[in-house]
Amino acid sequence: MSNEQPGLELDGVTKHFGGLHAVENVNLRLDLGERRGILGPNGAGKTTLFHLITGVLPLTSGRIRLFGQDVSGWPTHKRVALGMARTFQITSLFPKLTVLENVLLAVQGLRKMKMVMFKPLFRYRDVYEKAEKLLSDVNFWHLRDQEVRNLSHGEQRQLEIVLALASDPKVLLLDEPSAGLATGESHEMADFLKSLDPGIAILLIEHDLDVIFEVVSHISVLHYGEVLAEGPSDDIRNDPKVQEIYLGKAE
Amino acid sequence: MLESLAEKRRVLIVLGVFVALGVVTPFLDLFMQSLVTEILVFGILAMSLDLLLGFTGLASLGHAAYFGVASYTTAIIMTKEDWTWTFAAFQWADSLGLGLFYIFIFALVVAMAFAAFFGFLAIRAVGVYFLMITLSLAMVVWGLAYRWSAVTEGDNGIIVLGRPSLFGISLESEIPFFYFTLTVFLICLGLMFMFVRSPFGKTLVGIREREERMQMLGYNIWLHKYLAFIIAGVFSGVAGVMWTLFNLFVSPPDIELITSAEALFMVALGGPATLIGPVIGSAIIRSLQQFISIYVERWPLILGAIYIITIMLGRLYGVEGILGLFGKFRKPAAPPDAPEG
Repeated sequence: MSNEQPGLELDGVTKHFGGLHAVENVNLRLDLGERRGILGPNGAGKTTLFHLITGVLPLTSGRIRLFGQDVSGWPTHKRVALGMARTFQITSLFPKLTVLENVLLAVQGLRKMKMVMFKPLFRYRDVYEKAEKLLSDVNFWHLRDQEVRNLSHGEQRQLEIVLALASDPKVLLLDEPSAGLATGESHEMADFLKSLDPGIAILLIEHDLDVIFEVVSHISVLHYGEVLAEGPSDDIRNDPKVQEIYLGKAE
Repeated sequence: MLESLAEKRRVLIVLGVFVALGVVTPFLDLFMQSLVTEILVFGILAMSLDLLLGFTGLASLGHAAYFGVASYTTAIIMTKEDWTWTFAAFQWADSLGLGLFYIFIFALVVAMAFAAFFGFLAIRAVGVYFLMITLSLAMVVWGLAYRWSAVTEGDNGIIVLGRPSLFGISLESEIPFFYFTLTVFLICLGLMFMFVRSPFGKTLVGIREREERMQMLGYNIWLHKYLAFIIAGVFSGVAGVMWTLFNLFVSPPDIELITSAEALFMVALGGPATLIGPVIGSAIIRSLQQFISIYVERWPLILGAIYIITIMLGRLYGVEGILGLFGKFRKPAAPPDAPEG
């Protein structure tokens, strides 16, 4: 799938919290259209890595390039504007707003009209049409007037991704999309992820191995903040070191 | 024009109430006329704070600063005869019947400048730190009013002799001034109503609900909060101008912490993020102050009791403020529905 053009490149990315080396010298490359997974036990630095890529946390050292551009010192909203989106491990929606209002906020995020102060939002037909299309694609249109806090957990996890898709990102960071889902729901989530536009490069943190092996072609394994192994999924699955620290020896 | 039938109905009800107010007020006695005017002036202040507290989720304890700056500016440019430039310009504008425009433009620019500077210092902070910074910045304004006597007359305050006329219409007596206040109030309400329904207004609600997600959707959170802070400051300034014109006197106690805190009470009591709720809050608090203080010396106790009961009932029913409770009791079966405008 990948066409060998870098979407996201990490070069010696490091984050220290005092004496704690949360992320240590991570090198990683995500080509356009590539699907890559990040595996690692709890505390391996996966979510911290996402915070660094999105600019929520500043780097201790290293470089981050997005579509060839060095964004290492950029604030989050500028990086997002280049074509990056992210979901959260702990559902991070607007709970008291309706499903439609959630998606509208996501759709207008990268549009200039978000600064308009004296024309009502509902006059922007194109924004509404985009929101309608996003919701219809996941069969959520009938839920549009529901407050998000009244949705099921599974629905919220899916809406989490819909919000990230609203800006038509080229690089999508997914932080455990199947967190808290039942096995059946995880399968639906995997199918949903596979159905996404193949042009979108995805970096996927996931604990559910069925989901990760189904969705991605390459995997990087993080352990104590460092990349322990990297390669095609099947190689990683059979790597004895990886099996020892993460997959367990039972198989 | 409007989003839904329910919204259209709410707007009609609100407009109906103010039309009724416009019709009834001239038949009230002088005391009541002045009370209604005062409620509208503080209604503007409370609505402007609602933009921050209710819509953006920023609890400012210094919102009287911009109110104060504008009310003092109004008094100063109308009375400082030895400040040749500002006074001559005022007199010239007044001779054309445009004195009020001069006052509004001058005072609102000053209020905007203060809000732009104070906001720059305060917006970085969140929660209780934001509260403390806004509080201390407002104390700076109070200190200026109290100590800079060369300009502000310090403790004595500034007495303003008479109101400028509007296109030759005298606003000296209660009735014309009430209609002028009602007009200014409705313009502010209309502008703020449009503002909160705009794409920008919706981003503020998003920031209130989940800041980190808004950031990840591509919003520059700081900029949105900062602009909201300045806009709220300008509307607070409108209330300040109206206060000086109404009271014809401004002194340090008008702009101290109590005024900021009272504005917060008005918003919380009436119902945050509703615009009209804070006006109800203003009506309750100002009426209590004027009426009950005649009979009961410790009227703040009664205000406190009302406040606590409203908040506790709100908690119980999962709504906020009097407007929220009202909506709850009127249609108990309906899903939670934030009243707007």
